[in-house]
Amino acid sequence: MIVRHARSLRWTTRATAAIAIVGLTVLCAGCGVADGPTLDPKGPIALTERGLLFKATAIMMIVIVPVFIMAAWFTVRYRGTNRKARYTPNFDFYWPAEIIVWSIPAAIVVWLAFHLWEYTYKLDPYTEIDPSVKPLQVQAIAQDWKWLFVYPEQDIAVVNELAMPVGTPVSLTITSDTVMNSLVIPKLGGQIYAMAGMQTRLNLLADEKGTFWGRNVQYSGTGFADQQFQTHAQSKEDFDAWVEKVKQEGKSLDAATYDALAKPSEKVPVTYYSGVEPGLFDKIIAKWSHGDMDRMPHHSQAETTE
Amino acid sequence: MFGRLTIDSLPFYSAVAASGAAVTVLGGLAVAGAITYFGAWRMVMTQWVSSVDHKKIGIMYIMLALVMLLRGFVDAAMMRSQQAVAYNSDGYLPPDHFDQIFSSHGTIMIFFMAMPFLSGLANLIVPQQIGSRDVAFPFMNSVSLWLTTAGAGLMLISLVVGKFSTAGWTGYPPYSGVEYTPGVGVDYWLWMVFVAGFGTTMTGINFLVTIIKNRAPGMTMFRLPLFTWTMLITSVLIIFAFPALTVACAMLILDRNFGFHFFTNAMGGNMMNYINLFWLWGHPEVYILILPAFGVFSEVVSTFSQKRLFGYISLVLATCAIGLLSFTVWLHHFFTMGSSAKVNSFFGTMTTIISVPTGVKVFDWLLTMYRGRIIFKPPMLFTIGFLVTFVIGGLSGVLLALPPIDYMMHNTTFLVAHFHNMIIPGVLFGYLAGYMYWFPKAFGFKLNEKWGTRAFWCWIIGFYVAFMPLYVLGMLGMPRRMEHYDIAAWQPHLIVAWVGAFIIMLGMICLGVQLVVSIRERNQALDLTGDPWNGRSLEWATSSPAAPYNFAVVPKVESRDAWWDMKQRGVAYERPAEYEDIVMPKNTYAGVVIGVAGGVFGFAAIWWMWWLALLALVVIAGTIIYRASDDDDEFIMTASEVKAIEDERFAQLAKAPKNEMADEPGFAGNAAPEPAE
Repeated sequence: MIVRHARSLRWTTRATAAIAIVGLTVLCAGCGVADGPTLDPKGPIALTERGLLFKATAIMMIVIVPVFIMAAWFTVRYRGTNRKARYTPNFDFYWPAEIIVWSIPAAIVVWLAFHLWEYTYKLDPYTEIDPSVKPLQVQAIAQDWKWLFVYPEQDIAVVNELAMPVGTPVSLTITSDTVMNSLVIPKLGGQIYAMAGMQTRLNLLADEKGTFWGRNVQYSGTGFADQQFQTHAQSKEDFDAWVEKVKQEGKSLDAATYDALAKPSEKVPVTYYSGVEPGLFDKIIAKWSHGDMDRMPHHSQAETTE
Repeated sequence: MFGRLTIDSLPFYSAVAASGAAVTVLGGLAVAGAITYFGAWRMVMTQWVSSVDHKKIGIMYIMLALVMLLRGFVDAAMMRSQQAVAYNSDGYLPPDHFDQIFSSHGTIMIFFMAMPFLSGLANLIVPQQIGSRDVAFPFMNSVSLWLTTAGAGLMLISLVVGKFSTAGWTGYPPYSGVEYTPGVGVDYWLWMVFVAGFGTTMTGINFLVTIIKNRAPGMTMFRLPLFTWTMLITSVLIIFAFPALTVACAMLILDRNFGFHFFTNAMGGNMMNYINLFWLWGHPEVYILILPAFGVFSEVVSTFSQKRLFGYISLVLATCAIGLLSFTVWLHHFFTMGSSAKVNSFFGTMTTIISVPTGVKVFDWLLTMYRGRIIFKPPMLFTIGFLVTFVIGGLSGVLLALPPIDYMMHNTTFLVAHFHNMIIPGVLFGYLAGYMYWFPKAFGFKLNEKWGTRAFWCWIIGFYVAFMPLYVLGMLGMPRRMEHYDIAAWQPHLIVAWVGAFIIMLGMICLGVQLVVSIRERNQALDLTGDPWNGRSLEWATSSPAAPYNFAVVPKVESRDAWWDMKQRGVAYERPAEYEDIVMPKNTYAGVVIGVAGGVFGFAAIWWMWWLALLALVVIAGTIIYRASDDDDEFIMTASEVKAIEDERFAQLAKAPKNEMADEPGFAGNAAPEPAE
């Protein structure tokens, strides 16, 4: 009897130790998350995404918490050595339990599905954020292993740096001149693939000043780890000054310069170009799609307009 | 003559690669040396390699799985070490090598660890659970084993000859296309998956037919043990899903080697077609892996709670529902492709719906423990650890099913943490629980429980310490597959994750020690009755290890927990009046010849030795024709031979005065059952 008691004691001590280790890990994990991109967003898109994350996590707790409680309670209460607990070896069906375990998760999923549809439409990266405001147009071109951002209206292009005025929606059109890439600026929201011969879109808005990192997150080869850029969200005046600076310092981006740039290179410093070859973005898409009308922008497969 | 194969293909270009190759070669030599030392070649060849006995095939599958688990873990440990030190430095692995390691880790763990482990457990147990003497197609079973082994063999050869793929375990084009990744790496990956995929497809066919056709009299569908039910659904999933993978691989092979343009950037190719086809297989695949683990948990939780399984019908329906739904969610792997909100919403919703049957299962297992008498053997510990940990992965999975959250988390370590959170506590714990639960059935002695318990604690603590930081890193935006990084905030978490990997390594060591200690001390843990855990289903009605024919007399099933029911009625160990002749399949080398030829074919195709590839195909075709026209493939075990084996068994039973579980402090005994409520 005493031996038995000691055994169960040791067992609980061990379990407590394990839970303590895991708990400490989780606690330590808390450090630094608060100002990470997911929990400290700098734009409405990412903020809404965070809201959905919280909501969904909260509603899921209806299922998760009972599992933890039941697992701990049943494990301790119904351990074989505890002869005080009831033992019903043939208890294998109980209507109310069946109804509960099917209906509660189903109800949660119904609730989630409504939110899922609402938020998926609301946060569709293809949807312009504010139809009443003309967004800043930026064309993002993925190369090995860098990003080229073309500002068609300003007639400038920049490698590995993105600037935007705070409060102005930015409409990115994205393609790739190499393998598949994926563009993300975590502090501002979403992520969308960049594919050769196709155009995808991403609409973002920064509502706070700051510098946020962005990068390719779709593995693309040896230079992948360094394929990142800084995003400067700045005031309207600073943005205009930045555009001027690029125009002053930049050399022109003609076809030959572009071809040289498109060759694989790693850790490319920020480079400015002013005077971009007209229609460069569409030419890059056409290069891969061979004028296939289905794949041209505005008809492309990646652009299914509902 | 040698195609692309030159002397430069040998791994003398870097110390890390050369040492990996050396370990592989020495490991192979050590195995061969050990067999020679014990003079066991004849035994290995005549009793194992040529065997068509499903139990031996199952054991060989699990041996393969455990070897590959070790190799896949070494890859993981190398990645964790690299990422722990690679803040603002290149670490110790160059990108090219790091990329090969993450590709091989995923490929090994999915194709050559989890799949053989699943096939092994199924082979060992399913025929015995349904009261059958054999699988439906014993010879095809042997072909399946050796084709899978051929794929794993190519995986090991790739460590020695040439380089492996750097395209990840998913091999997305256009990166995996020949324009961006020339060389043999991706071809290695493609051909090994292609060859092993045939083996797995045949396994699926085999078990579907076995479970439908070979059930003992009275074993109706709703009396099947849960593990068999899950294997039935898994077989259906394999049959439907694997062709998609085979076709995707074949098309990419044509792209890479014959100038086709299915998935290329230019010339009308579209990489998204590959990604659709791949995940059309890939998503059912994760359910192919997890469902049998669910089956194991169902068996274990019922046996060690000493109670009938709660909600059997619900569990079966949930299994069927998961099987059906698993084909409706593949697009959630690429919400970020630029598909419309409507498409994303549909697939997101379907994905959240899958969580319903999964949740039902978890609650049914918990309710099985409710008012039971739980005995904490290692398989049960793994089950409880699974129940608690798996729901965390379920939570992150539902979050990722919401497209807007996936835009944030796709391609980050949050996703890596999520699927490891499903596959380690779900799939691997399930298989390890099954391995410890059914080991006595395979070998006639139990695994050491002390080391099994230690392995469990190392695995579960290690899992939390290794993967919870990855959730956090995902929140910090860290992408997966980073060879180095320059964000200081990431490093502490990566160091913690490295510590977790170290703890898991201790768990791996415990598993190894457990095996060695158990073999050395087997005489103290003999399983004389064939029913070491006071089990409930028919696999415990046979002796341990089971006779070649499993059942001398095919049992008549009268209830759901058939063996339990027989014990209750006191007919469990009845001696029949007389035995009958039993027709048995003959051992054959045809299966291993086809497997080796398949491996040679793959190797030749990778290195463009087309004459050799053709020769291998001719050998395969010839073997099949020879085997198909061989009418002398069965022999008869006479009633007197059967009687001799069975008499020995009853003598052994007489030596075992009571069930081994009766000494457990928590043993409930066959108490008078209370009426069900």
